[in-house]
Amino acid sequence: MTAVEATTAGDGVGYYGKPIVAAHVWKDYIGWYFFTGGLAGASSTIAAVADLAGRPRLARHARRAAMVGLLPSPVLLIADLGRPARFANMLRVLKPSSPMSVGSWLLAAYSPFAVGAAATDLLGVAPRVRRASTVVAGLIGPGIATYTGVLVADTATPVWHEARRELPMLFAASAAASAGAVTTVFASISGRPESSAVRIGAAAAIAEVAMSTVMRKRLGDLDTYRSDSRARALDRASRTLSIAGAIVLTVGRRQRLTSVLGATAVAAGSVCERLAVLRAGTASANDPRAVLRAAS
Amino acid sequence: MTMSINMRPDNTPPADIEPGARYGFFTDTSVCIGCKACEVACKEWNGIASEVEAMTGNSYDNTGTLDATSWRHVAFIEKSERSAPSRATTVPGPAHDMVWLMSSDVCKHCTEAACLDVCPTGSLFRTEFGSVVVQPDICNGCGYCVPACPFGVIGKNETDGRAGKCTLCYDRLKGGNEPACAQACPTQSIQFGPLEGLRATAARRLDVLHEAGVAQARLYGHDPSDGIGGAGAMFLLLDTPDVYGLPPEPRTTTRDLPQMWRTAGRAAAGLLLGIALVVAGDRS
Amino acid sequence: MGSNMAENHPVGFQWVVEAQRRGATIIHADPRFTRTSAVADVHVALRPGTDIAFLGGLINYVLSNEREFREYVVAYSNAATIIDADFVDTEDLDGFFSGWDPETRTYDSTSWQYAGVQEKASAGDREGGGAGAERSGGHGGDHGGGTPREDPSLSDPHCVFQLLKRHFSRYTPEMVERTCGVPQARFEEVAEALCDNSGRERTGSICYAVGWTHHEVGVQNVRAAAILQTLLGNIGRPGGGIMALRGHASIQGSTDIPTLYDLLPGYIPMPHADTAATLDEFIQSDSPGGGYWGNMRAYTVSLLKAWYGDAATAENDFCFDHLPRITGDHSTYQSTLGMLDGSVKGFFVLGENPAVGSANSGMHRKAMANLDWLVVRDFQEIESASFWYDAPEIETGELSTNRIATEVFLLPAAAHTEKSGSFTQTQRLLQWHDKAVDPVGDCRSELWFFHHLGRLVRERLAGSNDPRDRAVLDLTWDYPVEGPFDDPRPEAVLEEINGHDADGRPLSTYTDLADDGSTSCGCWIYCGCNADGINQARRRKPGSEQTWVAPEWGWAWPANRRILYNRASADPDGVPWSERKRYIAWDEAAGRWTGADVPDFKTDKRPDYQPPPDATGPAAISGRSPFIMQSDGKAWLFVPAGLADGPMPTAYEPNESPVHNPVYRRQNNPTTEPIPSAENPNNHSPRPAGDHDPYPFALTTYRLTEHHTAGAMSRSVARLNELQPEMFCEVSPELAGMRGLVNGGWATIITSRAAIEARVLVTARLKPLRIDGRTVHTVGMPFHWGTRGETTGDSANDLLGLALDPNVHIQNTKAQTCDITAGRRPRGPARRTLVEEHRNGEAQR
Ligand SMILES: Nc1nc2c(c(=O)[nH]1)N[C@H]1C(S)=C(S)[C@@H](COP(=O)(O)OP(=O)(O)OC[C@H]3O[C@@H](n4cnc5c(=O)[nH]c(N)nc54)[C@H](O)[C@@H]3O)O[C@H]1N2
Ligand SMILES: Nc1nc2c(c(=O)[nH]1)N[C@H]1C(S)=C(S)[C@@H](COP(=O)(O)OP(=O)(O)OC[C@H]3O[C@@H](n4cnc5c(=O)[nH]c(N)nc54)[C@H](O)[C@@H]3O)O[C@H]1N2
Ligand code: SF4
Ligand code: SF4
Ligand code: SF4
Ligand code: SF4
Ligand code: SF4
Ligand SMILES: [Mo]
Repeated sequence: MTAVEATTAGDGVGYYGKPIVAAHVWKDYIGWYFFTGGLAGASSTIAAVADLAGRPRLARHARRAAMVGLLPSPVLLIADLGRPARFANMLRVLKPSSPMSVGSWLLAAYSPFAVGAAATDLLGVAPRVRRASTVVAGLIGPGIATYTGVLVADTATPVWHEARRELPMLFAASAAASAGAVTTVFASISGRPESSAVRIGAAAAIAEVAMSTVMRKRLGDLDTYRSDSRARALDRASRTLSIAGAIVLTVGRRQRLTSVLGATAVAAGSVCERLAVLRAGTASANDPRAVLRAAS
Repeated sequence: MTMSINMRPDNTPPADIEPGARYGFFTDTSVCIGCKACEVACKEWNGIASEVEAMTGNSYDNTGTLDATSWRHVAFIEKSERSAPSRATTVPGPAHDMVWLMSSDVCKHCTEAACLDVCPTGSLFRTEFGSVVVQPDICNGCGYCVPACPFGVIGKNETDGRAGKCTLCYDRLKGGNEPACAQACPTQSIQFGPLEGLRATAARRLDVLHEAGVAQARLYGHDPSDGIGGAGAMFLLLDTPDVYGLPPEPRTTTRDLPQMWRTAGRAAAGLLLGIALVVAGDRS
Repeated sequence: MGSNMAENHPVGFQWVVEAQRRGATIIHADPRFTRTSAVADVHVALRPGTDIAFLGGLINYVLSNEREFREYVVAYSNAATIIDADFVDTEDLDGFFSGWDPETRTYDSTSWQYAGVQEKASAGDREGGGAGAERSGGHGGDHGGGTPREDPSLSDPHCVFQLLKRHFSRYTPEMVERTCGVPQARFEEVAEALCDNSGRERTGSICYAVGWTHHEVGVQNVRAAAILQTLLGNIGRPGGGIMALRGHASIQGSTDIPTLYDLLPGYIPMPHADTAATLDEFIQSDSPGGGYWGNMRAYTVSLLKAWYGDAATAENDFCFDHLPRITGDHSTYQSTLGMLDGSVKGFFVLGENPAVGSANSGMHRKAMANLDWLVVRDFQEIESASFWYDAPEIETGELSTNRIATEVFLLPAAAHTEKSGSFTQTQRLLQWHDKAVDPVGDCRSELWFFHHLGRLVRERLAGSNDPRDRAVLDLTWDYPVEGPFDDPRPEAVLEEINGHDADGRPLSTYTDLADDGSTSCGCWIYCGCNADGINQARRRKPGSEQTWVAPEWGWAWPANRRILYNRASADPDGVPWSERKRYIAWDEAAGRWTGADVPDFKTDKRPDYQPPPDATGPAAISGRSPFIMQSDGKAWLFVPAGLADGPMPTAYEPNESPVHNPVYRRQNNPTTEPIPSAENPNNHSPRPAGDHDPYPFALTTYRLTEHHTAGAMSRSVARLNELQPEMFCEVSPELAGMRGLVNGGWATIITSRAAIEARVLVTARLKPLRIDGRTVHTVGMPFHWGTRGETTGDSANDLLGLALDPNVHIQNTKAQTCDITAGRRPRGPARRTLVEEHRNGEAQR
């Protein structure tokens, strides 16, 4: 950079190369929440389907997986707030124009049923209540698993908004993968893997990788998964873990150990995917070129 | 000289500032002298802390950008191209060897405000003056408005955890006073008033400059049919928006929300269906 | 020109922008491209210190293209006056005028006189030393009897017009380009714009400030503008004039009611020991016969009555003897020398911060370290009060705290918001401000301080019959006090300044002043500011509720006139030059001058009035002569007396310059006032052709909107510091390239006085200029930083050397030389070594 450029904004990109839009200010808690929320939602759906299909064992372990996802979620969300004490304000209004508002209400509606289902199951009481709440939670679940895709897409961050068609799909797949994986872990620990859980985990993991590839195709030169080193690393990790996990799961689905290994890899892949999304968003917002390209 | 040149900008604050009408800014950067009185007046009136940091080396700009603690930001752009067109209103053609553009940026108070749309708590709201304001007692610092704004205006204040941006001096308007920055501006580069009147003023000023041969003059944010439904704070610029750090085609992303919900719906359905199929198809 | 109005007078600049909106063309001539240039229509980048060459070029352009406003020039200026045949111009003496005395390094102005008459400047021959003495205000002088010969055809070779023509003939566009670095096309663009906007239908005005005055030729810079504006008929007319954009809020007031050693209130000269033994001798030697200065006796007697009241009687010469006498130059920097050599033992610092604000501030700090006592009144402990322990010289080892004997009294001052009083601004407008809050703690106003200091001194002297104490004891020191701290009523001071008649009734105009002791007036030009006992300065009628001249906002001296010499807005017969520019005109029916403003002329003096030969004072001014403060009622294109450095401006190089004078063989102003001291070494730039110059670059200093002067008032304010947090220097990309300077990095700037460091701002706003075939680079920097406050930094003034304008003793802060290198300066004693090595290095070469 020559001296003149150094003082002459007009010669650089935008205004002294400064960002045109503001990058999100979320900490990694939110990436983890995307994971836990997705895990909870998709697991509940597995539980509901299993319950209805008369697969109590699968249903039980899925309910537990849902709890693994649900319980930390509010903690993660609150931890990221600038004003945690005002968490309740999330339910002050219901705004369809705000994915976060919609999401908060979904979560609020979903939680009692998911918890109810798990509790009744654990205590082995009130079978009707258990089924009912399992089904309701299972129906809201997909919403929980996908609204986060809309949440990030509905921003001025180029790499997110341009991927608005893929993100919900990507998040759905990622959620299913993690749900299948964690359910598999529970099942394996308590004896043997549940084949359906294994299949869901493996299939969704592959779908996740596929979706992210489609998304990056569309992003073209906005693709900060390529330009930003950290995003690239996380994305690579996510792909490797997902594919490796899927293979191990499918191949070793009879043994408890391999299933647990494969499942953990798939879940980890899902986590990396979420963190990669956040990171790519930051990089994209900080690059004035991205905004200018997105505009043109 | 044309008559219009003799017209003094009708920026004198409306005799009485009435709730119900929509108010805003027309910032005429062609007469900005970069005195930063607007920045100081804003911080002073709104009691925002000053942060003394090292010199940036970016011309005379040591503020950097709009954020939670800078609600007015004067940009300084030096262009050394020989025979750059002058900022003159009267003498066309190159009488300068360079240009030094100055522009006081502020929240656009968008007609379709993304920040307001996405705010889950209703902290951000539309006032009776048509401005977009954060209610500090409601904001929970979720930070969603920050990446939502197509201009990167609003920020999250790390010290108090809340979002902050220009309020169009909501408290002053309620008291019948014009915004502090507009009142402090010595050259009337910042003009405050009812939006309709300002749109007319801006159009007239543009004509004057074009007549005077300042071809590069253009308006920004004045057009209700743009991606944000028109800004409540419009600008007269002397170069392309990106030079000032402004998005050339700002867009309120919530416009795509229906489409996005549909996609999400499909994704959700797919999720449900997929799981159902696997489980149903699993006979082992 | 010589002003960065948008940055330094932003609120006033709104009217420049307004004028531009209405079609005015704004031209900014400044070495740098500033925030003013940015909104101007035309920017002229000229080399620091070359304004006379540029203005001379414009004068020559007007004269050689016959663009002057003929009728105006012939009737209202001394263009037609014949000058003594002995006068020899710089054209023939390589840059000297006739009358040069190499011994005293001064001019004898006898040969500059109007032919056949003895001219004498009226505001007094203050310091003896022949015509070399100054007259602040530069009022026109006296032609002791006899009327000067005139040639209305302006063709006589000895008439002012022809002399002017000849003197400026060499200031061609080519010469301007060679000297100032201004392309001829740009120069002609400016010349045309000026001429097109002058004459009957249009007027143009020139704004200047310290970019013009801070030079060894500061006064002549302004003189050049006066010549140009007179030739173009732009004085005394609406939209015309030369606007001095003043500095501190009431700096105008502090020259009217002076804080200057050589003036009494209202620009009455301070009596000189040699020429003012008695009141009569004083008046005789200092007051001209013609013009309103002819009434100097009335002004002086009324002043003495205001000060000494009943003690002042005709018998005792109205206590004229009580007034101190001056014996020579006792200006700021002479006092600094006095402190260094021990002859000045005590020093009051009130409302200034010389340790940072004075050029060659290091010398000033050393001087203060040599005092017995020092009183500083300020809001906070400024550098001028703390130098004894934190001056840079302590770090370099040149000073050490335990060897500084100066006893420093730091007294807390009240701010303008904490006291009532008046400000007099640029336009001579007195505006009253009321106290908003009480001062905190021990903070007190200047008025309180001096009132009670005077009271205590008088109590000490009470009963003394030592004649020298009468000067203090006879003073009327009876200001009524109010409030818990016995604050004197500021209104009482205003009343004393306004003055009253024998029966104590407030006077309403200075023409009522008498020389028999029947009237009293603290400052004749302010007479009327309290007319009818009403504080006229406190008037605040909105512009929308009165005429466009707005005479009812505040009060302008003299006599509430908003435009001086406004009789010139009408032609000799009293008819407006044009309807468009109508202002003051003769109303035959009413038999008086009328218009939107207060006529600056005897209201009933007919245009055809011709003074009888024996007339003196105002009566000696004809009905066709608007410049009533001049003895001949004319605007002086050529100054026969009153200036130390010549009757016409001449382009000299600054005392330190990167180049040899392209205009004359004579390098710089021969009458420049030196400040001889080991603490004030010279850069000796330029060197003889071929020699290496260790200080090859032009150096200029200036202000930023974000800070104020020596900085104590702004470096303590976070709101401002965040906007300009660090001391920096501005250099062109080309110079940055040459010296390896990086934007945002550090640079060390070196002169023979000091080495300071500053952040680097590389900017195309500082343009290298082609001067006489070679490129001249300029280093620019603000002077706001010092060792104290929320943000600190080296002081630009440590770098500057002292060489003064001979007329008003102002320092040159705008055009010196320096060297610049990349990186920070050394710490400790090494800093001193660097400066010395740089200087000696120069000697060897
Ligand atoms: N914000 C702010 N306002 C102020 C002040 C302040 O400190 N801060 N100070 C007040 C005071 S005390 C005063 S006296 C006034 C001074 O007001 P100005 O005179 O405007 O102040 P400066 O910035 O010192 O100088 C003005 C310009 O002169 C230019 N210059 C330097 N050398 C030359 C030259 O040789 N020829 C010409 N034509 N121009 C030259 C400089 O580049 C600078 O841009 O400002 C007053 N107003
Ligand atoms: N290099 C360089 N040097 C320059 C100049 C330049 O252009 N270049 N400009 C010169 C000019 S034009 C000027 S005017 C000087 C200014 O230089 P200074 O006058 O020495 O510096 P200021 O900071 O204006 O000092 C004013 C002080 O008065 C104090 N003060 C304010 N109000 C009051 C009051 O009511 N009572 C009392 N007792 N104190 C008060 C302030 O706190 C401040 O410390 O600098 C000169 N020095
Ligand atoms: S500019 Fe940004 S912060 Fe301002 S109203 Fe529009 S979206 Fe909201
Ligand atoms: S940070 Fe505050 S203002 Fe912004 S969206 Fe969240 S709640 Fe609304
Ligand atoms: S309108 Fe008020 S809050 Fe907004 S920038 Fe101006 S001063 Fe600041
Ligand atoms: S106050 Fe007005 S002139 Fe000064 S920087 Fe702000 S907008 Fe520009
Ligand atoms: S500081 Fe005061 S004097 Fe200076 S420009 Fe502002 S208002 Fe005018
Ligand atoms: Mo000044």
